[in-house]
Amino acid sequence: MGNRAITTAALTKYYGKARGIDGLNLEVDTGDFFGFIGPNGAGKSTTIRTLLGLISLTSGTAQVLGMDIGKNKREILQRVGYLPSDTAFYSGMKVREILKLSADLRKKDCGIAAAELCEQLQLDPNRKVEDLSFGNRKKVGIVCALQHDPELLVLDEPTGGLDPLMQHEFFTILQERNRKGTTVFLSSHILSEIQRHCSRAAVIREGKIIACDSVEKLAQSSARRVTLRGNVKREDLPGCRDWTVLGDTVSFLWGGEINPLIRALARADLQEMTIAEPDLEEIVLHFYEKGGEQA
Amino acid sequence: MTLVRHELKRGWKALLIWTLAIGAFIVTCLLIYPEMKGQMEGISSIFSSMGMFSSAFGLDTLDFGSLNGFYGVECGNILGIGGALFAALLGIGALANEEKNGTAEFLLTHPRSRAEIVTAKLIAVLIQVVLLNVVVWVMAVASTAAIGEAVPWKGFTLLHLAYFLLQVELACVCFGISAFLWKGGMGIGLGLAIALYFMNIIANLTSKADFLKYITPFGYTDGAEILNKGVLDTPKLLIGLAFTLAGVALAYWKYSKKDIR
Repeated sequence: MGNRAITTAALTKYYGKARGIDGLNLEVDTGDFFGFIGPNGAGKSTTIRTLLGLISLTSGTAQVLGMDIGKNKREILQRVGYLPSDTAFYSGMKVREILKLSADLRKKDCGIAAAELCEQLQLDPNRKVEDLSFGNRKKVGIVCALQHDPELLVLDEPTGGLDPLMQHEFFTILQERNRKGTTVFLSSHILSEIQRHCSRAAVIREGKIIACDSVEKLAQSSARRVTLRGNVKREDLPGCRDWTVLGDTVSFLWGGEINPLIRALARADLQEMTIAEPDLEEIVLHFYEKGGEQA
Repeated sequence: MTLVRHELKRGWKALLIWTLAIGAFIVTCLLIYPEMKGQMEGISSIFSSMGMFSSAFGLDTLDFGSLNGFYGVECGNILGIGGALFAALLGIGALANEEKNGTAEFLLTHPRSRAEIVTAKLIAVLIQVVLLNVVVWVMAVASTAAIGEAVPWKGFTLLHLAYFLLQVELACVCFGISAFLWKGGMGIGLGLAIALYFMNIIANLTSKADFLKYITPFGYTDGAEILNKGVLDTPKLLIGLAFTLAGVALAYWKYSKKDIR
């Protein structure tokens, strides 16, 4: 338990009769750069909000940094940095006042770290928060989450509103923090983001974890993406999935034995053929559709 | 202290506006009192003999021609309603506005317990109510001295104390309600303050509704009773105190387990 940043066991949250998360089991190791993938309404934000004590759990248990979320909320929040998907601040306040308030609430002097982060993210600390664009408000949230040098960073859809250059800068900072030992828990539905930056990931669907492994293993599926140009019939390829026709090009996922595929293709009239590993996005989409059956 | 300071910073403009508005109305009324005093001899008896209207506003038991009577009615209308609306708005917005404005997520993901946040917000509300009342009281006393009248210290102080306690009660009851809200509750706060004010008027109109005076905090701010007897109504104050404590307890109970939206 000591080397786990997040552990949940049968964590359940119902909003009345509506399901938030249902029996969620999750383990994030200390030092991980962990991706949390799921479509809208899958339970990503509910999981995060439960872990941070914004909402109470219905049943189950959860520990963050080895501490119970119910009993040690204050200690947990002292050591966690959180970036919500929608950052809102007190109107009328300047950026530096927000950053100072956040630091004061943690009883820490974060002036130097805040100034460095503002410079890195090109954020003017003298502007009023209501005058900022969505992306710049996000930057304020990023500085608030990072300035106290937390042991665990919980980021909910962090890149929304950030331009590509800023996203690059942001992930550079995260990678650097991660190298220094900070655990990063990144919730996103931008799969390329997860694939590029995360070492491990979990897929959540309808409130349950349906896959959790290293990103490498998740992407290493037995399924292959087959793309053909020529005359081929679907009936000749029983068991193929995600059959897509675009002009004279056919693309599908093949998850079975390779020999029946080769035999079937040998009978077809083909001009071009590629067989490749599907990317994470395809695999995750498959998880969403099939409810967790490995692709 | 960080949170209290933050709350006070956020509320100082509204506090200044409400304080100056209420204070300015009271000062204006007191400044025109000397001119009115000479014309009041005949009018006082008319005011006190307007049947139910006189009862409703306490004009039947207060001499509108005397400073005490004049102030009791004027203060009742200005500090009573103005202060009640201010206190209700303060209380009802204290907790609910965090969710309404989307700042609850920011605040509650910092290492502060819910109880600590409720305490800080409650202290900030009470400080603002105290500041408004102290400044208005000073303005009233200074204006009375400025028009050359002897300051009726006991009457003034008791009346202002009663209105202060009314505001504390209303602010705390609204504070308790605020813990249940997540979309802001300005309408609820203002509606409650106005309903309680009219409840007192109804109780003044008919003895059958006398029990309402034990529900509304305006029941223990009756200028006529305070200025004529020189004491506050202890039973009504104790009931008010019970409502005040219930509001505070409700806020702690609800907010400590509330799911934040």
